[in-house]
Amino acid sequence: MEVTKKPKIKSIPYEEFKDNETLEQLVKQLNEGGTNVVVGVLDDLIDWGRSNSLWPLTFATSCCGIEFMAVCAARYDIARFGFEITRNSPRQADVILVSGTITHKMAPVLRRLYEQMADPKYVIAVGGCAVSGGPFRKSYHVVQGVDEILPVDVYIPGCPPRPEAFLYGMMQLQRKVKVEKFFGGVNKTKKEGKEEQA
Amino acid sequence: MNQETLHIASAELLAKMKQLKEVEKMDYLRSLTGMDWGTPEENDTQETMRGLGVVYHLESTSTGKRICVKTSTLDREHPHLPSVCHLWKGAELPEREVYDFFGIIFTGHPDMRRLFLREDWVGFPFRKDNNPEAENPLRMTNEETIDTTYIYKEEANGTLSRTERKLFEDDEYVINIGPQHPATHGVLRFRASLVGEEINKIDVHCGYIHRGIEKMNESLTYPQTLALTDRLDYLSAMQSRHALCMCIEQAMGVEVSDRVKVIRTIMDELQRIDSHILFFACLCQDMGATTAFLYGFRDREKILDILEETCGGRLIINYNTIGGVQADLHPNFVKRVKELIPYLRKNIQEYHDIFTGNIIAQQRLKGTGVLSREDAIAFGATGGTGRASGWACDVRKRLPYAAYDRVDFKEIVYTEGDCFARYMVRLDEIEQSLRIIEQLIDNIPEGSIQEKMKPIIRLPEGSWYTAVESSRGEFGVYLESRGDKSPYRLHYRSTGLPLVAVVDSLTRGAKIADLIAIGGTLDYIVPDIDR
Amino acid sequence: MFDFSIVTNWIHEWLLSLMPEGWAIFVECVAVGIGIILLYALLAIILIFMERKVCAAFQCRLGPTRVGPWGTIQVICDVLKMLTKEIFTPKGVDKKLYNLAPYMILLASFLTFACLPVSKGLEVLDFNVGIFFLLAASSIGVVGILLAGWSSNNKFSIIGAMRSGAQIISYELSAGMAILTMVVLAGTMQISEMVSGQASGWLIFTGHIPALIAFVIYLIAGNAECNRGPFDLPEAESELTAGYHTEYSGMGFGFFYLAEYLNLFIVAAIAATVFLGGWMPLHIPGLDGFNTVMDYIPGFVWYFGKAFFVVFLMMWMRWSFPRLRIDQILALEWKYLVPISMVNLLLMAVIVTLGWHF
Repeated sequence: MEVTKKPKIKSIPYEEFKDNETLEQLVKQLNEGGTNVVVGVLDDLIDWGRSNSLWPLTFATSCCGIEFMAVCAARYDIARFGFEITRNSPRQADVILVSGTITHKMAPVLRRLYEQMADPKYVIAVGGCAVSGGPFRKSYHVVQGVDEILPVDVYIPGCPPRPEAFLYGMMQLQRKVKVEKFFGGVNKTKKEGKEEQA
Repeated sequence: MNQETLHIASAELLAKMKQLKEVEKMDYLRSLTGMDWGTPEENDTQETMRGLGVVYHLESTSTGKRICVKTSTLDREHPHLPSVCHLWKGAELPEREVYDFFGIIFTGHPDMRRLFLREDWVGFPFRKDNNPEAENPLRMTNEETIDTTYIYKEEANGTLSRTERKLFEDDEYVINIGPQHPATHGVLRFRASLVGEEINKIDVHCGYIHRGIEKMNESLTYPQTLALTDRLDYLSAMQSRHALCMCIEQAMGVEVSDRVKVIRTIMDELQRIDSHILFFACLCQDMGATTAFLYGFRDREKILDILEETCGGRLIINYNTIGGVQADLHPNFVKRVKELIPYLRKNIQEYHDIFTGNIIAQQRLKGTGVLSREDAIAFGATGGTGRASGWACDVRKRLPYAAYDRVDFKEIVYTEGDCFARYMVRLDEIEQSLRIIEQLIDNIPEGSIQEKMKPIIRLPEGSWYTAVESSRGEFGVYLESRGDKSPYRLHYRSTGLPLVAVVDSLTRGAKIADLIAIGGTLDYIVPDIDR
Repeated sequence: MFDFSIVTNWIHEWLLSLMPEGWAIFVECVAVGIGIILLYALLAIILIFMERKVCAAFQCRLGPTRVGPWGTIQVICDVLKMLTKEIFTPKGVDKKLYNLAPYMILLASFLTFACLPVSKGLEVLDFNVGIFFLLAASSIGVVGILLAGWSSNNKFSIIGAMRSGAQIISYELSAGMAILTMVVLAGTMQISEMVSGQASGWLIFTGHIPALIAFVIYLIAGNAECNRGPFDLPEAESELTAGYHTEYSGMGFGFFYLAEYLNLFIVAAIAATVFLGGWMPLHIPGLDGFNTVMDYIPGFVWYFGKAFFVVFLMMWMRWSFPRLRIDQILALEWKYLVPISMVNLLLMAVIVTLGWHF
């Protein structure tokens, strides 16, 4: 049975998002065994809840962190999406926005932070440094992209990304959360493989 | 920069330095740079510096005299030099940095540990013959925290002996603040020993955002090095880049046009206002006044709009170039800036209403974290922090550059040295920056925005030190060239490192909450400390 | 004024006709329990949404807008998410206490919540020392916080818990004293009588100066008791990451989160009961027409209206002030609020004895 799930984001049509292919592939992968109707509806409900309540961990290492603050501030106001409750304790956060360069000294700390988070947890690589090492790719002390140490869900390029890009990245993550399954636990094992370009 | 350079042999260093400090009153250590001049070659003269060494830049706050001191040791196996941190407290962290990067052991230094890199790092990355990548793969093991440090001493026969020193006793209640902590403004880590709520001692750990910018510079061409300056202290992106551009221009003997000078001055001041507003916002956030934080960001966006229109970037601006600026001013620039000035004046008043006048804010800021003038100078804590302690250290007044010599502005100096003074200095400086912009905005001279440059820029042999007043202190660039298209050594005087060095002495006996206020008002930016 | 005891009595009679008395009372208890839990959850959701919108308004922002009309069902998403989030017990915690702590806090706020006289005839717990019980029940909460901090095996948590222990126990004193002042004026400790005694005028008006002082003291102390800014030291975000609940995830944290907002409501509701007349409409002596019109507005509307007004005042306080330091908090309590409220109590006693109140 072909399952087609098209996550809806308010005010932006599905077609206008980039990289829908990855998302469709993910849906196909997750629903290979077909879906139970009751469980499917429950899944949708839970996904709806989760996708609209992604609390970020206050984590920033450098410049992108300032832009993240700007996203939380009045003009861009991430609170519109309900993401303004930034948690300082990794236990209570849902998504870690890796904003800034990750160095060799920081990498184990970041990994530990990620492990301290409770499931479901998501990772967004924000900015050139987190995506690939960015301008510091040649440096001896910089991790060449945070995907070396964490399973990344969404990449937001830019140096630093504009606040609009942050919001777009968050919406991409919302779309991804919306197609996930709660019952069956497939998400966890497939996590390494699913990546998406924002 | 015309300044005297002294070459001192390592054996005489201590005595000569003491004389400089006490007789010539060179009480301010501007910059301490580690160097690797390589092994001696045949065509070396007496004057050529060889081996591993250190370059000191000194200044007298009373006479204004400046001097540059160079010293070196030829021993690459066990290089050691005498420590000067008993003369200038501010030398403590830079000497640890030099040890970290070059492996030079400073005898007599109370705390000879690595500063930035992990304890289990192999080798010394800044040595020219070291290949850091080869021996240091990404280690995902948690770094162990070691509570002991060593003090080295030179024995009579020239060998080194070391004594162990404990940082924290076993029964001390030590908490980790950072590297992931909302109030450390990035990834700085404090280990604080507490007695109840009171802080007994703080040990600062840096390096969580050490990107090796200075090392990278050695393999980049000059225009490429510019890009990395913006990412040092991202709230002084303009000024940092300005400093490097000035340094390279000075080395090349290029004089930029008047128009460029004025544009750079205006941009620097816009950036300064931006940074100070962010300082206000973050301080308020740290102290729990979230609303004021958003007020700050609301106004900051107005400045970013102006910067974006002309330069294209919001935070990382990449505007200054060698010999000019990237793009001409946007036609709207003058109009928008003129609108901004009264708008900000009105809103700064609002800041005073919501935060400065608040009894809780005053109670928490006044009298906490007092930094004396002597300490500020000894540590080299420049910028708003130094001026709050009564030290008139503004580079714009001391060594006017760009268009600062033709504008009239007041150097804000407070004498209390507490958190409130540091806070007020920055808010008052916004007004002074507005005044500078006001004087310049109507008389931007005509002229070219970019001097003609060769496609490949090579600097003559030599060394230069240039400083600008960045948003949080003296930002210095030490450039040494061997005539190549990339620098032999490019060192930045971090504005934040001295500020972090004073944290321990300011927080002794203070509460945990005071640490947040002190950290907030010192206003350091961690990527600038770690570079 | 509609008396809800007619409805409750009718239900009681109806149940008695179906089953023996013991069973009827049992069924009523269960029904009331469920009712309270539902109201509790509903209020928590409303309060969290209100907080987010109010703070957004203060901060020139919009607040939640995307989920549901004007973002109204945003909080339901959060609850759904927290319900399905992993709950884990970190290594090294005292498991029993760690799991018990959130329930202790909930227990305290439930017990206190049950005392609130929502409308005429709708008091759940109402007996002659009601106020006394209320004060006692609300102080169980601090045990939960201390347990959470202690059992978490985390240094930040323990500092947060210690701060909160010192703070809440201290401020209970002046909050209690402020309420005691009003008890002296009302002449009763039974909550329903206290409210009905305010038919001729709310206590804050009849008690004039000392009542006003007590009101202000109560607001400050109440804010401190529910750990909200400027007294949010136990969870001071910029100092202790998340304070005593640093190690809690999922619904464990959710309980703390809910309880925080419900405590806010409870403090406001007590203020509304004791100072602002509970469900009693605004009566101005002499204006009978006006009073009758006011009486047409149902009691629970008055009650929630007043409580939410006080909640708004407290949110205003939270979003305007920076945080205090621990020594300043204790100095404020022991050096200023306690002496003032003692003198105030004395003043009230004198005024009541001499009959100088309205």
